[in-house]
Amino acid sequence: MKLKHLIPLVCLTTAVYAAPETFDFKDPKGVNNAVFKLDAPLESVNGSASGISGTVSFDPENPAATTGKIIVAAESMTVPNPMQKEHLHGPNWLDVAKYPEITFEAKSLANVKTEGDVTTADVTGTFSLHGVSKDITAPVKFTYLKDKLSARVPKMNGDLLVIRANFEINREDFNIQKGQYEDKVAPTIELSLAIAGACPQ
Amino acid sequence: MLLAASVTWLAAGADRGWTKTSVAVKTLDEVTGIEGITYKKQFVPGVDFLGASALVAGLLAGTSLFFRNKNKSTTKN
Repeated sequence: MKLKHLIPLVCLTTAVYAAPETFDFKDPKGVNNAVFKLDAPLESVNGSASGISGTVSFDPENPAATTGKIIVAAESMTVPNPMQKEHLHGPNWLDVAKYPEITFEAKSLANVKTEGDVTTADVTGTFSLHGVSKDITAPVKFTYLKDKLSARVPKMNGDLLVIRANFEINREDFNIQKGQYEDKVAPTIELSLAIAGACPQ
Repeated sequence: MLLAASVTWLAAGADRGWTKTSVAVKTLDEVTGIEGITYKKQFVPGVDFLGASALVAGLLAGTSLFFRNKNKSTTKN
């Protein structure tokens, strides 16, 4: 049985027992994205990544128990300048051939506040980039959209979960040209994640 | 040549960054409120385009000095 056939079964089972729902973030509409910005004195680099996948287990009755893993395909990172993109993907920077995935695995949530369908929290988890894993904490916003999947994907019933997060990392923490080219490539990378996951029923 | 490059650069929005071969297009997903980003192919000349044009124009102007017409016309009364 294929994974895509298993997900509705898992969701149905979890719904019956009021357990967490498992949301798949492989987006058929292709709008899920992660935006990155580096603002150095001489150059500004802005781009985005669209190759997002992963699953998140979310219980609207107990959002604090949320766990999951989001994966970004490093190859999908794009900037409008072709030479910048070549350098970004190349062995001196992200080395996407050697490190094809950028991941964040959520371990725990703190400061959880829920108002209606929206939950905000500080998520702590392991961020892996360029072969280096580091625990980070970032503010996150979950929007639970019950029975809204059919509005997005016709003839498919289920729920949606939208996750938004904005945080910063330092490229030096991930061994990316440590101390080099700081006038052209900022050491601080601003990341902005906006993704929607589906739990078909 | 430099004039033509400058007019092209100005007409394309006078971008002060590097030359781009694609531009980001944002589309709003009404259900989730997420702004999706796609890239469409479009040439946007940057300051490197201006610099390269100035360099080529300078080289052409310098080279042209070697091909000046040395025959001076004289008039007889």
